[in-house]
Amino acid sequence: METLQFRFEQGSRPLAGMAQLVGVVGSGNLEVLIEPASLGGACEIEVRTAAVGFGATWQAVMTDFHERWGLADARICINDMGATPAVVSLRLDQAAETLTGGTP
Amino acid sequence: MNWQTLATQLFPGGHDIVERDNFLSGSAQVDGQTVAVIGTTEHVPIGIEIALAQAQAILETVQAHPGRPILILVDTQGQRLRHRDEMLGINSYMAHLGKCVDLARRRGHAVIGLVYDQALSGGFITSGLIASACYALPQATIRVMGLPAMARITKVPEERLTELARDNPVFAPGPENYLRMGGLHGIWADDLAARLVEALASCAMEDGRMALGLERGGRLLAQPVAEAVRTGGHVRPA
Amino acid sequence: MSSYLELTARQRIPAIFDPGSFEELLPPSARVVSPHLAQLDAPVSFDDGVVVGRGLLDGRVVFGAAQEGGFMGGAVGEVHGAKLVGMLRRAIDERAHAVLLLLESGGVRLHEANAGLIAVSEVMRAMLDARAADIPVVALVGGANGCFGGMGISARCANTVIMSEEGRLAMSGPEVIETANGVEEFDSRDRALVWRTTGGKHRYLLGDCQVLVPDDTAAFRAAAVQAIADIRAGSASLTLEGLLDEQAMLARRLLDTAGLADPVDVWRQLGVPDPGAVPMLEADAFMQLAAPYRAGGQR
Repeated sequence: METLQFRFEQGSRPLAGMAQLVGVVGSGNLEVLIEPASLGGACEIEVRTAAVGFGATWQAVMTDFHERWGLADARICINDMGATPAVVSLRLDQAAETLTGGTP
Repeated sequence: MNWQTLATQLFPGGHDIVERDNFLSGSAQVDGQTVAVIGTTEHVPIGIEIALAQAQAILETVQAHPGRPILILVDTQGQRLRHRDEMLGINSYMAHLGKCVDLARRRGHAVIGLVYDQALSGGFITSGLIASACYALPQATIRVMGLPAMARITKVPEERLTELARDNPVFAPGPENYLRMGGLHGIWADDLAARLVEALASCAMEDGRMALGLERGGRLLAQPVAEAVRTGGHVRPA
Repeated sequence: MSSYLELTARQRIPAIFDPGSFEELLPPSARVVSPHLAQLDAPVSFDDGVVVGRGLLDGRVVFGAAQEGGFMGGAVGEVHGAKLVGMLRRAIDERAHAVLLLLESGGVRLHEANAGLIAVSEVMRAMLDARAADIPVVALVGGANGCFGGMGISARCANTVIMSEEGRLAMSGPEVIETANGVEEFDSRDRALVWRTTGGKHRYLLGDCQVLVPDDTAAFRAAAVQAIADIRAGSASLTLEGLLDEQAMLARRLLDTAGLADPVDVWRQLGVPDPGAVPMLEADAFMQLAAPYRAGGQR
């Protein structure tokens, strides 16, 4: 297992509501827990993944996600079991939708 | 230990237990009262016939001898692995046995399980483990599944599981682990007859195994988690 | 029609309970994860594979749980089991109208071995405690992973089992049997045989499943509401009479099926006309055909 952490400053889009969970920790899948958090406007993402050594890929996916959404004061936690970047992005978008009620 | 030797040690007052097709049944004298005894021997796999026979014996005891304590002697290699048992719903036969034990308990019968040799998962989950309390001899082995099968299903290498089964409480098959986790109420190293008398006198209605697991340090999350769900508080893992 | 099979546990709950009424207890944000999976380098899940809570079902307060078959096959570990037990105990404390269990599980979580076995045993005891408190316990079995092992036993500790034909209810999985005793004993890749042996229609005909529904959340919901009402009309607790009836049914089942190798032979023996066509029938057509022949019910 590998743990990765990401932080993006100066988000512009806040979350509203209680913590939400999307996805399932099954083979090729992941779960994303998203909740509002007091982070000085930042978005923090922690990933625990069974697929070791893909740090650069995760960085790219997270950067794209932040470019799409720019979430502020958001904490995201992920348990991953080898999902592809496409599936990860999909779940992140689904998670962001639940607490912004909107689209990227 | 074979069942006859066990019975001699458990019942200095005498017994009339007979064995048929590896199914034990009868009664014994314990501290001046009669106790019903059912069980298995020769590590027999529990199929639908033995599950039904055990349930039958429990129901007969409930009907004919209200309040009579029941002792379940466990020695099994687990549930029988045959198409026929699955086709006929062995899960139902097992559940039925468990329900009969539960009914007996609620009608005031003390029900005690004693693992005297082997106990595997499905073979004792609705007998020993659903009794008021379950005990074991120190040389007993209690396990969920054989390591090769476990390795195949979990995809965890067998070497890793073997390593864990040596001294990891979650995997090791010794009764001490089950004791620490609260699964067993006690291990009977000696004076089996006296242990049995004590056990029959101390049967409780509630399932206190989670609390035991926490108290003994073997299972730290179960009790706090169940309590948090039950009362809406926070889980404070020890 | 909205498939129950294709939904995750989390999606099934709002499809069964009254919309917006379900309150999850110890939600994933509490992050109570398995303490045992890390040592096997296995990922955890924030809800440990089960959603537990309380909601309204047709306006009555019902406690419930849904197991997530996609996480570790829905198998029961220490935390997962404790959540179920806590929910059942709270249902008793609060005198719930009923408990609804959306089961999808391989049984004991092997990765947690001893802790998992004790956990499943505690779930069984807690289900029976709920029944003893006269709270109906209803099990729904309709997920892709089926309901096996200790949970297959637990399902039959409930008052009523509602299945779809896609659902499976058994003890040992076909692969385990094949590995132990060979492909001639049970060919686990023969899907038709697997479903004839463990699927909803067969369990219904045997008398182990009381209601068969199509793979549709509305049908599962309606069946649950009806089942609870039926149980409430009498008593939810175990009775000596009920267990004597069940003993007779199970003894009869053993005798009547002596020498019969395939479930189709069992259906024929029950008197079902054209038993070979059973797998092809839609749920409602099947129920109509089967009802006069199925073996006696259980309590």
